[in-house]
Amino acid sequence: MKVYLDNNATTIVDPNVFEVMEPFFVQKYGNPNSLHAFAGETHPHIKTAMTKIYAGINANTKDSVVITSCATESNNWVLKSIYFEYILTGKKNHIIISEVEHPSIMATARFIESMGCKVTYLPINSEGLITAQSVRDSITSKTALVSVMWANNETGAIFPVEEIGQICEEHNVLFHTDAVQAIGKLPVNVQSFNVDYLTFSAHKFHGPKGVGALFMKKGKELIPLLHGGSQMGGYRSGTLNVPGIVGMGKAIEQAVDALDFEMSEIREMRDDFEDALLEIPDTFVVTPRRNRTPNTILISFRGIEGESMLWDLNREGIAASTGSACASEDLEANSVMEAIGADEDLAHTAIRFSLSRYTTQEELDHTLEVVKKAVTRLREISSSYAYTPEGHESGLTAGH
Amino acid sequence: MGMDSLIGGTIWDEYSNKVADLMNNPQNMGEITEEQAQEMGGKLIVADFGAESCGDAVRLYWVVDPVSDVIISSKFKSFGCGTAIASSDTMAELCKGKTVQEAVKITNIDVEMAMRDTPDVPSVPPQKMHCSVMAYDVIKKAAGQYLNVDMESFEEEIIVCECARVTLGTLQEVIRLNDLTTVEQIADYTKAGAFCKSCIRPGGHEEKDIYLVDLLEEYEKEKMAKTADSLSQGGPVDFADMTIVQKLKAVDKVIDDNIRQMLIMDGGDMEILDIKENGEHFDIYIRYLGACNGCASSSTGTLFAIENILKEKLNNNIRVLPI
Repeated sequence: MKVYLDNNATTIVDPNVFEVMEPFFVQKYGNPNSLHAFAGETHPHIKTAMTKIYAGINANTKDSVVITSCATESNNWVLKSIYFEYILTGKKNHIIISEVEHPSIMATARFIESMGCKVTYLPINSEGLITAQSVRDSITSKTALVSVMWANNETGAIFPVEEIGQICEEHNVLFHTDAVQAIGKLPVNVQSFNVDYLTFSAHKFHGPKGVGALFMKKGKELIPLLHGGSQMGGYRSGTLNVPGIVGMGKAIEQAVDALDFEMSEIREMRDDFEDALLEIPDTFVVTPRRNRTPNTILISFRGIEGESMLWDLNREGIAASTGSACASEDLEANSVMEAIGADEDLAHTAIRFSLSRYTTQEELDHTLEVVKKAVTRLREISSSYAYTPEGHESGLTAGH
Repeated sequence: MGMDSLIGGTIWDEYSNKVADLMNNPQNMGEITEEQAQEMGGKLIVADFGAESCGDAVRLYWVVDPVSDVIISSKFKSFGCGTAIASSDTMAELCKGKTVQEAVKITNIDVEMAMRDTPDVPSVPPQKMHCSVMAYDVIKKAAGQYLNVDMESFEEEIIVCECARVTLGTLQEVIRLNDLTTVEQIADYTKAGAFCKSCIRPGGHEEKDIYLVDLLEEYEKEKMAKTADSLSQGGPVDFADMTIVQKLKAVDKVIDDNIRQMLIMDGGDMEILDIKENGEHFDIYIRYLGACNGCASSSTGTLFAIENILKEKLNNNIRVLPI
């Protein structure tokens, strides 16, 4: 049995989404900006898709929702354009982000920091959350932008974006949120609170890869990151990805339709699964469920290094994820686990299970059995659970 | 770079079958109690290395014959990834039947080689070499306990990169002989810094006493001192090797000795504003003073004379740019 529980990384493309995209590869392949029927026949479909995308986040038609190539591009765009427009020109000198942003914010912030921008990294607390107060405390008269993700990809922790948006408005600071993990999991309505920029990406909600978007509130349009043939109103040049836009439109429509299901059924399945996992001794979850996206579990199994756990899960066809040491290029511990300041022995033990509306109860039951088996086997191997003879100075050499 | 690094891929693709097999079925996993050790007629040694907070930890159990120092039994327990478990297992296997003195000669490279499917294909991806180092360290720890000496005493040379086992001496020599200036070059020449990257600069996975950047800086200073000595003794010095200050002085001296007198006779002068390295060129920015300023020859004949004399005396890649 193959079980996919890595939906925060990417999702299966919904067959309905795939179906609506298909005609735009071999049949209606025209460049929408050309002057002929091949172009013209794509226009109504783009219009329909864009209408759905606007509706998906309840954007006003006067706002701009610009289609990009991925959320990474959208996030880079916000930070770099703010840098060009406000920091480089000396109007402002400071931005604020959280310390657990996605690498596309984190690395970009570090980059503009190296170019002279001051960056405040807001800390998370022991529950993996940031407080709106910390934003208030960090804003200065020179702050150009606050960028805080809506929901964290690792823990599923939901950050108080409404409150943060309010604070930014009071201080006349621009506010961006990376909502990649929010669409399809939480209600997203850009008119219900103050937000200037919002990033999302189709492949996180059963749309195609290679299609991102950036919402920009009317009057807050950024200078372009990609210059060229003036597509997307000149905000984002590059030939329109017609099948991608059409796919994103269908995908967001379905995601919004399925939101109730996600927040009731999926949440319930997740909760039951989590309860069952927590019955395994020495097992920990960080963020409280009420502050978490309905599909995500970040769980630690004491004494089991994350990659070993993935290994055993993968042998049985189960896909999960870990940001921990040995599974990544840089050998570093899960950044969120480190930031939480949890028991440091647990920093390398976190495993993330992320569900979707395609997840079945049968799959979760099977996964639970496999997890139990893996925990038994790997704790048998683990030195954390080993026999210590009397007089042996236990305690391992830290900081080796 | 190149295609493979652009595609990326997962670290598991680079595990050998042996690593996978040992991860699935470790052969020497387990623990040994005092009673079991007594039954075998040996002394129980239990050594720990690493820490869970660092991502890997290993415990090694040995039963050692107190007369012959031969390791009769060897088992391990490990908190770690697939590579950590497989290399701990291999390490425990390699210890068996050896004397303690022989066992301390086992290195992480032996462990990694033993896990290869074919002799010339590494058994683990580069960043995983680090995990086999722990297997090597725990042997020294166990041997130190048995022989009652400090584990550091088994190291004959200072190792800077543990993954590739490159010594301080080798690194210093290679940097000097090949005039290396970047950590990438060091990795190309010695493999040091190509694996877990901890030894490149502070802030990596592991804290070190000596980093590759320190060695480069040391060499840089050494070169600088050599150039300065050579200059003060009037010896020949390549213009390119000079520091910016030395370059400025050298340029000024050539101007003083060959040009300035002529300019002053014509009621003018010049000053050097900046020297910039621009690819293979050295761009020297100057400004004319007095009568030279605006003189027709200042952008033709005089300029060529200045540039030519600097090229001749200092370096053929010099360009003079009046502002």
